[in-house]
Amino acid sequence: MPLNIRTYHELAEPDRSGLAAQIGAQRRRVAERLAAVGRVVAVMSGKGGVGKSFVAAGVARALAQGGRAVGVLDADLNGPTAARLLLAREARLTIAGDAVLPAAGAGGVKVVSMDQLLEDGQPLAFRGPERESFVWRGALEAAALREFLADVAWGALDVLLVDLPPGLQRFTELAELLPAPPATLTVTIPTAESRDAVRRALRAALECGATPLGVVENMVGGPFTGSAADDLAAEFRVPVLARIPWHPTPDTWAGLAGRLG
Amino acid sequence: MKFLCVECDRQMAFEERRLPGDGTLAAAFRCPQCGRVVALLTNPMETQLVASLGVKIGGRTIAEQPLETVRGMVATGKGDAFDEAGGQADGRTGGPDEAGGQADGRTGGPKWSAEARERLARVPGFVRGMVKRIYADYAKQHGIAEITPAVMDTARSELGLEGM
Repeated sequence: MPLNIRTYHELAEPDRSGLAAQIGAQRRRVAERLAAVGRVVAVMSGKGGVGKSFVAAGVARALAQGGRAVGVLDADLNGPTAARLLLAREARLTIAGDAVLPAAGAGGVKVVSMDQLLEDGQPLAFRGPERESFVWRGALEAAALREFLADVAWGALDVLLVDLPPGLQRFTELAELLPAPPATLTVTIPTAESRDAVRRALRAALECGATPLGVVENMVGGPFTGSAADDLAAEFRVPVLARIPWHPTPDTWAGLAGRLG
Repeated sequence: MKFLCVECDRQMAFEERRLPGDGTLAAAFRCPQCGRVVALLTNPMETQLVASLGVKIGGRTIAEQPLETVRGMVATGKGDAFDEAGGQADGRTGGPDEAGGQADGRTGGPKWSAEARERLARVPGFVRGMVKRIYADYAKQHGIAEITPAVMDTARSELGLEGM
């Protein structure tokens, strides 16, 4: 005689573990912490080495100089550079009650980065069984991103820029953690190779519900040639917000900040 | 994750959690009707995966700490990355200071035995402040006046500090 086994959803008695409720509480914590943040902007690209962090730092400083309250969350956990670019790398993060206070970087930009937490020269490594780390490492990195959103006292900000690593994985995690999909500032260099990689990432971001603000073309006027920004702008019907030369001036960044509003 | 006592057709209730210290985890569940107890035993990889999600089997009994997963799981963190001195904005109790002193009498926090202080001093600096707060909160919640290694062991298991 077959066993009568009810299914998971048929068991409705109170469950002390409440794992789903714990996950729900984590999401609420993110929403509550970001309630006073006007806009979350993901600085992204499908390509590595195009200068996402450079652009994020430059525009953050310009926005702050224009009187905006700005935060930068460095979501590149394995290759963090935003804190250095914003002169906040050596800052100690203060624990205050149930939150961590972000460091004050250049121009008063609030910064949190894994770079502030790791020993010099050490990779991001986690405690735990070394074997099968591919099973849990991604979950731990997603948890770190969640805590950078939920446990940092970002306070009232006009803009929180999230500096993403190359690829799309972290963007997907970010979009799922936020109460609403973020806006995106997409960075490319002029080459066709960059264009093709960025195209995939931008398309996937749109499928996640992201609002594309436009394309920034970096490293213009040097050895890289092509029309990546114009091609992407035409294809996705978004503006080219800025073309950043090899040696940008404060006016370059102010212009980009002005176009972001 | 739920457990069903098939014979009684009743959902089993979480009873107890144990962390033997070898990376594994044991969680016991009891049938409210027949009293039968079964234990869920996870291997280190499974235990790690649960810890990675930032959830506690058996539920949370004290509030989540800021950057709990980062501080608890990162192995290459700087010992002085955090400034805990300003960390009492919510009136939490402290514990021995970084130099290993006694509890701060102004906060009414629990005392720490010499053995507990020694043990705390062996915790990596990156996570020490959080561990200190967790044990102090646990002691306060349970009316424990002095934190000893035995209290720390009990708290660690009860609070489900997987991965720490």
